[in-house]
Amino acid sequence: MVATIGAATTSAASAKRVEERSTVVIRFAGDSGDGMQLTGTQFTNESALAGNDIATLPDFPAEIRAPIGTLAGVSGYQLNFSSGRVFTPGDDPDVLVAMNPAALRVNLADLVDNGILIVDTDAFTKANVRKAGYDSDPLEDPSLERVSVFKIALTKLTSQALKELGLPNKTVVRCRNFFALGLCSWLFTRPTEETLNWIAEKFKKAPQLVEANTLVFKAGWNYGETTEAFHSSYTVAPATGIEPGTYTNMIGNKALAYGLMAGAAKADKRLFLGTYPITPATDILHELASHKELGVITFQAEDEIAGVCSALGASFGGAIGVTTSSGPGIALKSEAIGLGVMVELPLVVVNVQRGGPSTGLPTKTEQADLLQALFGRNGESPVAVVAPCTPTDCFMAGYEAVATAIRYMTPVIVLSDGYLANGAEPWSIPKFAELPSIEAKFWTQSQGFHPYLRNEDTLARPWVVPGTPGFEHRIGGIEKDYASGNISYDADNHERMSRVRASKIERIAEDIPPARVEGSDTGEVLVIGWGSTYGAITEAVAQLNAEGIATGHLHFRWLNPFPRGVGSILKRFKHVVVPEMNLGQLIRLIRDRFLVDARPITKIQGQPFKVRELVEPIRALVEASK
Amino acid sequence: MTTAESPKLTRKEFVSDQDVRWCPGCGDYAILAQVQKVMPEIGVARENTVFVSGIGCSSRFPYYMNTYGFHSIHGRATAIATGLKIARPELSVWVVTGDGDGLSIGGNHLIHILRRNLNVNILLFNNQIYGLTKGQFSPTSRLGLVTKSSPKGVIDNPFDAASLALGAEATFVARTVDVQAAHLQSVLRRAAEHRGTSFVEILQNCPVFNDGAFDDVTDRATIDEHQLLLEHGKPLIFGPGGDRGIRLDKNMEPEVVALNGANSEQLLVHDETNDALAYFLTRLERPRFPVPLGVLRAVQHPTYEDRVHEQIDALHGAADEKAFDALFASGDTWQVGQAK
Ligand code: SF4
Repeated sequence: MVATIGAATTSAASAKRVEERSTVVIRFAGDSGDGMQLTGTQFTNESALAGNDIATLPDFPAEIRAPIGTLAGVSGYQLNFSSGRVFTPGDDPDVLVAMNPAALRVNLADLVDNGILIVDTDAFTKANVRKAGYDSDPLEDPSLERVSVFKIALTKLTSQALKELGLPNKTVVRCRNFFALGLCSWLFTRPTEETLNWIAEKFKKAPQLVEANTLVFKAGWNYGETTEAFHSSYTVAPATGIEPGTYTNMIGNKALAYGLMAGAAKADKRLFLGTYPITPATDILHELASHKELGVITFQAEDEIAGVCSALGASFGGAIGVTTSSGPGIALKSEAIGLGVMVELPLVVVNVQRGGPSTGLPTKTEQADLLQALFGRNGESPVAVVAPCTPTDCFMAGYEAVATAIRYMTPVIVLSDGYLANGAEPWSIPKFAELPSIEAKFWTQSQGFHPYLRNEDTLARPWVVPGTPGFEHRIGGIEKDYASGNISYDADNHERMSRVRASKIERIAEDIPPARVEGSDTGEVLVIGWGSTYGAITEAVAQLNAEGIATGHLHFRWLNPFPRGVGSILKRFKHVVVPEMNLGQLIRLIRDRFLVDARPITKIQGQPFKVRELVEPIRALVEASK
Repeated sequence: MTTAESPKLTRKEFVSDQDVRWCPGCGDYAILAQVQKVMPEIGVARENTVFVSGIGCSSRFPYYMNTYGFHSIHGRATAIATGLKIARPELSVWVVTGDGDGLSIGGNHLIHILRRNLNVNILLFNNQIYGLTKGQFSPTSRLGLVTKSSPKGVIDNPFDAASLALGAEATFVARTVDVQAAHLQSVLRRAAEHRGTSFVEILQNCPVFNDGAFDDVTDRATIDEHQLLLEHGKPLIFGPGGDRGIRLDKNMEPEVVALNGANSEQLLVHDETNDALAYFLTRLERPRFPVPLGVLRAVQHPTYEDRVHEQIDALHGAADEKAFDALFASGDTWQVGQAK
């Protein structure tokens, strides 16, 4: 081989033509055991380092190891990388890497016309083809004529690259995703140095794998550079329109963990996580468990209920109690969240939503727990609810949840979802010192104390922790007397306390920014979204405005309380459309609160909205009303 | 028990200003009185003492103690106490629960706090009935007991609280009764002294829904025959004037023998550190054998909260600006435009 990877990346002295592209959507697909998530993640890192704006969609099966080669076992990772701003992982891939027939079958229909299809021909054995449900070899099918197919004997090339090492065949096969990564890195002129460092670091416990994966990665790169298969490669310039700063690639669950830790540290309190593993929330536990050096306590409880209860116990003791889960776990925690409402202690409850009901679609995304978060407890049980809009917004959502829980002495529910949890985008790294301050003072005043004395501004009760002499008191789930904090079954008192608890949550609206419209400020259509649909709605609204349909975008980050100023915004638009990944939940609240004839756009397929799935119905609505 | 020195307190200072609202004659009164009496002797300041409870008659307990208190939800006191104790290891944390709260709805949390061995004292009031919901059978109700929810008699097999606790690796297990003030006090003191989870089963009479459930154990006329008072290092002797003891027969089965001066050597000797013996004692069948009262097991193991904080402290970290700025930038980074 002539060219070497080191030389090419530093001098870009490739003999081949390099074409400029503004945006590329690539999808890696293979069997769950093929390492597609790893490949996609590292390709994403390379693209981030190349200065592109990025958005990703990992999509993997619930089974840890579904039967090899089956449709059920297909795992995919989609990345949208661009020289402009991107807000979604892209509707349809321009490039599809299919490591086996099942991956081809599941994903081919999504590939755009004239798109690039890269397949490992070695994986298209008779048995695999049959397992994928094809009658004959799909690579010979005329339907492939609409795309450019690159048939590469990826497995063979991998084992050739490794022949000197004498590795067992099983290990060799498991390296082939690095061939794909190397090849794609060449194809899109990605920087490779960090990947080589990353291989060295990731496999440092098995030096043989460092060598093997490095060799295979380079072989993939060199294959693109030196063989006749590819006539040109592509480049996507660093993104413009991005705020200056230092960036890193960040996924939602990690950002959320960072936000929780930073919030607690800003408040000068200890973070206590009481939790039980559940997909797709578990990575928050993993992240927090690895930061004992920051004083974080993670308690893996015996069940979901013990998770939230231990967090509440820790809050009673003066820590920031946090519990993390997904819908089924939140259902189990609901009684204890109600206790949190009643005893008025800070508590952060994270729900990384997944497809439901019951076990539902554990690894897929959905927004169907909004009404559960707002109303899923016995009695009048108001809690604050915040929903991050993007993977990196999970950081501030976690941070603000901590701040709000302390300031208002209340449970706060963070509604993330599977898409945000695993999705990646560039994160403008904040400075800890510049994060908003969080005041968290325990009560020590000696005058006129009782445990349900209320702050005039926030209506919060004092946080008095055991160990404080002179303020020994009892809290609990039974209704309390407004004036003394003692148990009370008085009728009028219960009404008064119920209203105070509700008003307390309403007052949070003073702290959050008023409603603000993006896109057109007035006009035809107002699109109201919440949570992870932010990216898809942003792109859809931009397209509609470009088409001449004046469209505004109002995104609710806080669902309880609503921000101020929504009513007047609604009046400025002819139509109100509410897209949600459920059967219509926010829309009920909008109709109820504002008495507007809002229209739903719903999707409940475990997948985020594609941009066209928003543009098309909105366009049709406007046409029909002309 | 770790705590700051505090001036000598009296029982009265542990009595809260709340009216006690148990039924007249309820065994809970006696337990409350003894706990309030023992607290000053244990010597932990009121502000460093926390009583946590769930739901049930016994769970009203925290309201009557002039300490910090948390009356929570059904079955979850042990889980709440776990979080509190991990976050604040220096506090003296007590859980008050019952046979419904602790063994039925809260059974899972109970076994797990025991296996983790947090330094928390658990008082389980066992009255073999659901009192607060007005008289349904509990997981410790005897077979055949007629209650409102078992009009033809209970058909669920009961379990023994102390056996369960031992099975869950409890490092301290004791049993006492509501009406024997001195014994109750001594067990409470031992529980407080123990570093690790102390599990104390208190046989408690509910005169309203299950009156006399423990009469055979506590009735003055038969008390000697039906109680086996355990003492570490002492043979298992009971009966009027200590006239009988317990030994193993040739099949390793327990048997009661009348003492004749020559056979006391053959009696089993209580050893609080002997697991098998502790379990054996909880399996003695009533009324063929007496009910063992006292400390069944007491062994020292590291506590959970100590291990939590050892792992954290070993890293000598600080949650400061420098640490967070390093954390935020710990992945690969790149610059856009002017670096901030
Ligand atoms: S119902 Fe029984 S246990 Fe409950 S307070 Fe009355 S007597 Fe005591």
